[in-house]
Amino acid sequence: MNRLLLNKAILTLSTLSAVVGLGFLLWILVTLGYKGVMSLHWSTFTNDLVEGGIRNLLVGQFTMALIASAIAVPIGMLAGIYLREYSNNGKMAAVMRNLSDVMMSAPSIVIGVFVFALLVDPFGGYNGWAGIVALAIMMIPIIISTTDNMLSLVPRELREAGIALGGSKHKIILQVVVKAAKVGITTGILLSFARIIGETAPLLFTSANNQFFTMDLTEQFPSLTVSIYNLATYPDEASRELAWAASFVLTAVVLLINLMGRFITRSKK
Amino acid sequence: MRTNSMIMEVKDFSFTYAGASAPSLKRINLPIEKNKITALIGPSGCGKSTLLRSMNRIHDLYPGNTYEGEIRLYDHREEIENILNIKKENDFIRLRQAVGMIFQKPTPFPMSIYDNVAYGLKLAGIKNKGEIEGRVEKALQDAAIWEETKDRLRESAMGLSGGQQQRLCIARAVALKPDVLLFDEPTSALDPISTGAIEELIAELKKDVSVVIVTHNMQQASRLSNYTAFMYLGDLIEYGETDKIFLNPSVKLTEDYITGRFG
Repeated sequence: MNRLLLNKAILTLSTLSAVVGLGFLLWILVTLGYKGVMSLHWSTFTNDLVEGGIRNLLVGQFTMALIASAIAVPIGMLAGIYLREYSNNGKMAAVMRNLSDVMMSAPSIVIGVFVFALLVDPFGGYNGWAGIVALAIMMIPIIISTTDNMLSLVPRELREAGIALGGSKHKIILQVVVKAAKVGITTGILLSFARIIGETAPLLFTSANNQFFTMDLTEQFPSLTVSIYNLATYPDEASRELAWAASFVLTAVVLLINLMGRFITRSKK
Repeated sequence: MRTNSMIMEVKDFSFTYAGASAPSLKRINLPIEKNKITALIGPSGCGKSTLLRSMNRIHDLYPGNTYEGEIRLYDHREEIENILNIKKENDFIRLRQAVGMIFQKPTPFPMSIYDNVAYGLKLAGIKNKGEIEGRVEKALQDAAIWEETKDRLRESAMGLSGGQQQRLCIARAVALKPDVLLFDEPTSALDPISTGAIEELIAELKKDVSVVIVTHNMQQASRLSNYTAFMYLGDLIEYGETDKIFLNPSVKLTEDYITGRFG
């Protein structure tokens, strides 16, 4: 009797928790969707921030995230390959793995402060490159860890078979092992891209924001997330609405990239 | 036992794994006869795979192992080379082209069926497309998998069955025209029908290559091989013609193992 009661109690509690958790998520999405769609106009996408649109913000956010990926993906992948294929899993590798994990959970605002001291203060002002570097620093540990983990799933025999066929180690790693882990690594890159494209804190005082359209990375650079932060604090209705619209677009972008990641994983396995 | 009929010869060979205090192989002496099949048998942990993996120095993927003695390879011109002296990467590549290997689990590369076979040829520096094409087809025929794959050469090799994958791996190794092929329990992950096909194939292959096969399956050793070496705890206990080893072994331990009294 007691066990039946306990079973029912736990079932009820866990169902309730699930409902509460998912309920909040749904609430957020519905509110966001409703307010976002209501605030969206065609002009939202064609105007820059100064004219009440997000065109320059979208371009700016993507530019920074893409260049950050171009820096972080090769560095992260090569470091991951080093850890899994060349380090022989010694002490050095253990230290590097731990460091990378710590970096991954470092508060993003701290990375922002670090880059501020490194690239903003000495150069006399906010600039796009500082934002890019901050995003790249966030991305590198994620890519190191994905590459490392995905390579660890490739069976040892595949490497041995490549070597036994007369391949040199670096050729087999690049042409066989990484290829075998391609799907996982690509998914990891997409997910880390989704992660950094929604970041605010690392940009807040590195690239800051710009109301106008620019591609000049040496000046303040337009950012969707920083704009959301600013707009939401303004008292006027128009700014609030634009903040909702921008949030909606950002969420849609992140969701889309996540779905893409899942789609790739599913279709290739 | 020194005859010109040898392709490889293991002489006073000892092997110690990195960090191990005792050697896993102790002063092994074993001839590998040309165009014959030599089976290595013995209970788990006896060192047969360790010996096989020394013969193309695949152990060197992992640092810190020690070799002593000699493993000689007699090449086409009957020149003798101690493969344990190899240090340069180019020489390793040459060794592995001469001494190929097939693993327990099929190891197709994540590419098309055609590219799986062509890849080794490209690694060997062959650039001529026509030559690659011809050798891929020949290798697939030699490995008795051409009929099943000729219409789907561009498809991923991962879609083949386990037995087909294993034959593809054999085709990949055969394409390089090796002198010796090492088989590390090549059928223990396969069903009986695929096993039969692989065994037939290995018997066929010995026209062109010399084969060393590690197997847990005593029937397989007796069906397939010309010579058998029985190993136990890192020692080579007995070596001889397969019929002799199985019907009339000179050492009691061999007889006990073969009749299933231990192992």
